Amino acid sequence: MSDSEIVGRANRDGAQLFRDWFTELTQTADGGGPSAYVFVMGSLNEVLKSFDLPVVFPEINSLQTAVRRVAHEYLQQAEDYGYSPDICGYVKADVAMQLRHGEHPMGKLPKPGLAVLTNACNTYIKWAEIWERMHGCPIFTFDIPGTRQGGGQTWPGDPDFENDRRYVEAQLRELIELCERVTGRKFDIDKFREVLGHANGMSAAWKQVLELNRSRPSVFNALTDGTIYLGVANGFRGTKAGADYFRDLVEEMEYKAANGIGTLTEEQWRLAFVGVPCYPIFRRFNELFTLAGGTFVSSTYLWFASGGTNRGFQYDLARPIESLAEGLLVSVRDAMDSMFHPERAVLDQIKEFALDGVVFHPVKSCRTTSTGQADSRRALAEKADVPSLFLESDMMDRRVVAEAPMKNRVDAFFEGLASRRRQAAIAR
Amino acid sequence: MIVFPDWSNRPLDAALAECRDLVEDTTFPTVRRWREGGGKVAGHFQVYFPEEIVHAAGMLPFKVRGAPLEPTRADSHFGSYLCSILKTSLEAVLTGAVKMELFVSHPICDAARNLAAIWGRNFSHPCQILYLPQNPNSRHSVAYLRGEYDRMRRTVESVAERKIADDDLRRSIAVFNENRRLLRELYEIKRETPWLVSAEDAYSLVAAGGLIPREEHNELLRTLLPQIRARARKSEDRVRVVFEGGFCEQPPLDLVRVLGRMCYLVDDDFLIGLRYLTADVPAGKDPLRDLAESYVERSTYSPVQHDLRKPKEKMLLERVRGARAGAVIVAAAKMCEPGLDEQVAYSKALDLEGIPYFLVEFEENMTSFEGVELQVETFLENLLFA
Repeated sequence: MSDSEIVGRANRDGAQLFRDWFTELTQTADGGGPSAYVFVMGSLNEVLKSFDLPVVFPEINSLQTAVRRVAHEYLQQAEDYGYSPDICGYVKADVAMQLRHGEHPMGKLPKPGLAVLTNACNTYIKWAEIWERMHGCPIFTFDIPGTRQGGGQTWPGDPDFENDRRYVEAQLRELIELCERVTGRKFDIDKFREVLGHANGMSAAWKQVLELNRSRPSVFNALTDGTIYLGVANGFRGTKAGADYFRDLVEEMEYKAANGIGTLTEEQWRLAFVGVPCYPIFRRFNELFTLAGGTFVSSTYLWFASGGTNRGFQYDLARPIESLAEGLLVSVRDAMDSMFHPERAVLDQIKEFALDGVVFHPVKSCRTTSTGQADSRRALAEKADVPSLFLESDMMDRRVVAEAPMKNRVDAFFEGLASRRRQAAIAR
Repeated sequence: MIVFPDWSNRPLDAALAECRDLVEDTTFPTVRRWREGGGKVAGHFQVYFPEEIVHAAGMLPFKVRGAPLEPTRADSHFGSYLCSILKTSLEAVLTGAVKMELFVSHPICDAARNLAAIWGRNFSHPCQILYLPQNPNSRHSVAYLRGEYDRMRRTVESVAERKIADDDLRRSIAVFNENRRLLRELYEIKRETPWLVSAEDAYSLVAAGGLIPREEHNELLRTLLPQIRARARKSEDRVRVVFEGGFCEQPPLDLVRVLGRMCYLVDDDFLIGLRYLTADVPAGKDPLRDLAESYVERSTYSPVQHDLRKPKEKMLLERVRGARAGAVIVAAAKMCEPGLDEQVAYSKALDLEGIPYFLVEFEENMTSFEGVELQVETFLENLLFA
């Protein structure tokens, strides 16, 4: 296989899968069929796909409006409807889409026949209440308890873990009952196992892909390329197409690692990203770093926004429901830890990924991922000698994105990195 | 040990003034006295928390609800676009204004759910999340919560360095049941004879409960409520108003005073976490289960609690009807996402019912009230002279 066949394949295939996905959603919308609205942190695709329910990810729909530079139209419409400028931009963009009967830049969105949400983000809960009011659809709040105290995770066998696991398993069984009612279909345990098998393949591959970015040069940009992979990881979880895509992705990344093929950036600085991307200037934001030789080799976004599937948890197909309960608990809890304790994971990465710096990017729209970042950064600075940059902007609202001051700060950050490197060279 | 003797044996107005002073005192003198007497403190962030478990261990449950402070030191621990209560709560501890042996928050909102992590990085005492069930509609939620309360019991035991027996819990439940009854009585006075107690005094009487041992709070209420009932005051021609939006960050007492001067605040959700169980907790065979079942089945709604059986706009309408209110002040703390989200649902529901409402944002640190006063006054005059 030649370089041109394999290098960049995941980005091409990912874009095609996305187009296919939105085509399916448009067909569902036009045909009036049921769909399930879900979220990235614990989509429960494993259950929903076993009922062949098309899944709609409102977060992905919303961020698409920002990437396509039309988010402001949606935000304004929701604000005119009554929503505050100070709430989650994803929610507002979706409210406007609902008011527009599913109109979206990539197609048409079906109405929710069912909404399933976890508590990984509280706004999920408020958001689903909006659909409940607008559409009268059933909503299922899937409660997955997280870590009670930093570093205090419990594991199977511990009474507290088992209390959580029983709760999650009970809810799984209740969700299955609800899906049976909504679809009019009986739960098929064999189909469920098949879906879990695909999810296992994807999770294992996702973990492997993230680890492969230890390579020098890094084999993908965690901020840009990684977001494409992440989209597939969410939308196609539990499907054969998704598992195949990730198998190919591993092949591509291994090929690149073996042949010393990096990203388009001439890699001088290896960076970790903490937070949610700046979608209103998605490419430009990345260029602020790549033009100075910086590339993002890791991103907490790829962990929490994949619902913690980066852990690579493997379901035991011999006891599928019990194992899914355990996997959800461990994975979604990990996603929450990635948001609330990012410094813990980043600390481990400093050596493993040869990090030169860390970019914290709190956004106005998302308090879940942003509230603790300043404090997390302080903790990181106390524990490790790694420079960091703190850039505040937004994931949706271009009114809150000030590119010029942002560029000044990024430039100063790189000057600082260069100065450190020179000082280190002199010291040697 | 008595930590709030200031009101005792004083005339009613003087006693109420002491309560107002206590609530506005950012040095938290009652907590300090408790600690000086050798007591331990468990701070629990808004909204819901089973204080009975802490009380049963002989510790003081302290309601962490921010304070009218400048977050000089806490500011650097947070980014922008956040509500004030997060910062001032941390400020109070960073500056040593209040000290505690345990801090517990629960995931009421996206911002607050970060608190246990933030506090945990800055203090050596345990800083935990209590995961109350966010799917109370699950058939398993009571059993789960019973287990989670048991975990909290073990945590408190290790901090208090003593065991909590079921009988300890039953005794605490009895103390809190009396407190709930007395607070219901206070709210009955607000609803039925609002001219007998000003809005700020009613507020202060409730808020004191988060700062002193509940036995003392019970004594305070037992003494003052009959005196309030016995007041010789006449009803005035004022609009009966419900205030909604005080479930977490609190409006400054001055704002409550300003509002109370213009209308009768006949019901509200101020400090709802101090009175979130709407009925007595049965003191049965398994007190932890009783507490868990009470939370799932008989706790009050708020924008940070999701229960399919309790759509919030329907619950607000019930509150309005129950209080025979003619209008609603639908408030939200600045940058409070759940409060701001709910303003939309509330206003749409009130529109449908033809109930007048006034939307407002506030901040615990606000010091200027002229603008709000003018707007609310105009709103109320329009109703009175419609």
